[in-house]
Amino acid sequence: MKLLNYTSKYLLILLVPLITIWAVIFYYALLDEIYDSLDDGLENQKVMVLEHPELIESAFENQNFKKGNHVIEKIGEQEYHNFEESYRDSLMYMQNEKDYEPVRVFESTFKDSGAYYKIKIITSMVEEDDLIKNLATYLIILYLLILISIVSLNNFVLRKIWKPFYSLIDQLKSFRIENETTLKINKTDIDEFELLNQTMEQLTEKSRKSYLNQKHFIENASHELQTPLAISINKLELFSEKNDLTEEQLKDVGFVLDNLARLTRLNKSLLLLSKIENQQFVEVERVDFESLVNHIAQDFEDLLLHKGTTLNIVVKNELQYQMNKDLAIIMLTNLMKNAIVHGVKQGTINIVILGKQLILSNYGVNHALDDDKLFSRFEKMNTDSRSTGLGLAIAKAITQKYQLQLNYTYSTIHNFIVVFP
Amino acid sequence: MKILIVEDEPQMLENMKQTLELEHYTVESASDYSVAVNKISNYDYDCILLDINLPDGNGFDLLTKLKTMKKADAVIVVSAKNSLDDKLFGLNNGADDYLAKPFHMAELHARVKAVLRRKYFEGNKLMQVGNLQIEPENRNTNIDGEEIVLNRKEFDILLYLMTNKSRLVTKAALAEHVWGDHIDQADSFDFIYSQIKNLRKKLEKATLTIEAVYGIGYKLDFVK
Repeated sequence: MKLLNYTSKYLLILLVPLITIWAVIFYYALLDEIYDSLDDGLENQKVMVLEHPELIESAFENQNFKKGNHVIEKIGEQEYHNFEESYRDSLMYMQNEKDYEPVRVFESTFKDSGAYYKIKIITSMVEEDDLIKNLATYLIILYLLILISIVSLNNFVLRKIWKPFYSLIDQLKSFRIENETTLKINKTDIDEFELLNQTMEQLTEKSRKSYLNQKHFIENASHELQTPLAISINKLELFSEKNDLTEEQLKDVGFVLDNLARLTRLNKSLLLLSKIENQQFVEVERVDFESLVNHIAQDFEDLLLHKGTTLNIVVKNELQYQMNKDLAIIMLTNLMKNAIVHGVKQGTINIVILGKQLILSNYGVNHALDDDKLFSRFEKMNTDSRSTGLGLAIAKAITQKYQLQLNYTYSTIHNFIVVFP
Repeated sequence: MKILIVEDEPQMLENMKQTLELEHYTVESASDYSVAVNKISNYDYDCILLDINLPDGNGFDLLTKLKTMKKADAVIVVSAKNSLDDKLFGLNNGADDYLAKPFHMAELHARVKAVLRRKYFEGNKLMQVGNLQIEPENRNTNIDGEEIVLNRKEFDILLYLMTNKSRLVTKAALAEHVWGDHIDQADSFDFIYSQIKNLRKKLEKATLTIEAVYGIGYKLDFVK
C-alpha cells in the first residue's frame, strides 16, 4: 500500500468512532436545546392563557385538545397544594399524520378568584426517530465528503509534496552499479527529502567508486603479474638450455614451467573476464555460427584425434548473431575445451545448430552437474591441474553481455545450450 | 644484426639480452625513455624491442620520434598490457609487430626473425638447415631440391623449430605458436607428439634431427 493511502487509511478509520461519538453528543445536546425551547414556549402559553379570560372559558369545553392546545379543569385545594409542575412526553393521535406522534405536555396549576385550576398545555414534539435518521444520513454524507477530500488531497497535494521522494525511488529502481549513469537529483525545499537525496547521492557514488576500483583491481593485478611471470618463464627456458642438466633436473624444470604456464593461463582468464565485464570489446559484427563451428572444429582436430573423440556437427539452419567475433570464438572454444577436457576418452561430442539454439553435448560423469555452481568462478568438477575453473564462467559472462542464455541440461549426455534471442 | 631492447625491468632485459645474444645478434639495451631516445637518435638498429610502460615516458612516443627522424628501424612493441587498443595503436603508428608478456623465448626469436626477414629480404628468403630448404612465404619445403609435401601444421612446426635452430623449444611455446592461444587449456600437450612423429617420418632424408628434450620440449639440429 502506498504511503499516501496508508496515512489516509488510519485517518479514515479514526474518523468513524470520532464522528459516531460526536453524533451522540450532538444529538443529545440538540435534543436538550429543543426541550428547553419547547418548555419555554409552553410556559409562555400558560401566561398568555391566564392573561386572556376568554381562552380560559374555551379551555373548559376543550375535551381531548379538540379545540386548542390547552385544557383547564377545576381541582381541589388539597390537590392544588400537592401538585408539582411537570413537563412530560406523551403520544397523541395526529389527524394529519394519522398516527400517534410524540407531544410535549406541560401540566401546571393556577388560582383564579379563589378557585383552583389545573392547566394542561401540549405542543407538537420533534420526532426522535426522524431526527436520528436525518442525522445519520447527514453524517454519512459528511463522512463521505471527508473521505473524498482526503483522497483527492492526497492525490493532488501530497503527491506534489512527495514528488522528490518518488523521483528518487524511481531512479534507485533503475540504478545499475555497473552503468556509468549517476542519480539525477531534483532540488527540493523539504529538509528531510534534501537530506535523503544527499545521502543517497553520496551512497551510490561511493558504491559505484568501490565497484570501479574493484573492477580495475583485477585488471591491474593481472597486468602487474605479467612481467614477473614472463621473467620466471624465460629464466627457466634459458636455464633448461644449459646442457649440463640431468634428465631428472630437466623434468623438474619442466614441472615448474608447466605450473608457470598454468598461472599464466589463470591470469589471462581473469584478465579476459574483467575485460568482458569492463566492456572492452566494443566492435560487433554479424557472426555466422556455422562457419565459426567448422573453424573451431579444425583448430581442435589434433586434440580430438589424440583423445580419440568423435566430433559430429549437425547444422539444421543458418544461425547468425550480432556480437564481437573474438568473444564468439572465445565462448565456443571454452565450451569446446570443457567438452573435451571433461569428456570420456574415445567418446563423442555433438555440436548441433537447431533453430535459435546452439547445443554442445558430451558424455562425461554419469550424473547431472550442479548447475548453480557450474558457471561460477573457480568451481572445479575435479582436481585437474589443467583446468583453471574459469572457462565456463567466461562463456557465461560472454552470453550475458549479449543477452544470450547459457543453459545446462543432462540426459545421459551433458548438454550446454546457447539460446539466441 | 643490431638489436636495441628498451625495457625497464632489469631481469626481463637480461633474459631477452641473453637469449638474443645466443642467436648471435649484437644487443644493446636502454632501461628508460631518455636513454632510449639518446640511442635511437645516435645509432641505427635493425630491430628495436620496445616496452610501452617506461618509468619516465611512454614507449609509443618513441615510435613517433622514430617516424619524425625518418628511421627505418623495425619495431616490436612488447607490453604487459595485452590490450587490443594498444596493439592497434602500435601497429598503426609504425610498429612492425606486437608481443604480449609473458612470452616464450622461442616466440621472441620467431618474431624478431620474421621482422628482419621482411625488412631485408622482402619475404623471399630461403632458410636452410643441412640439406633441408624452406621458403617461409611460399611455404615450400625441399630436401636436396626434392619437394616434400607438409600440411599446414607440420609446416608451421618445422618453420618454428628451424627459426629456433639448436635451441630448446618448449611444448607450450610450440603449441601456442602453431595451434593458437585457445589450445592452452586443453589437457596436456601430448597431442604435439603425433605431429612431430609424422614430421620426422617425412623428413627422414634430411640431415637434421628433431630431438625430444625430456618433459620440456623439442630441439632441431644438424646431424653432424
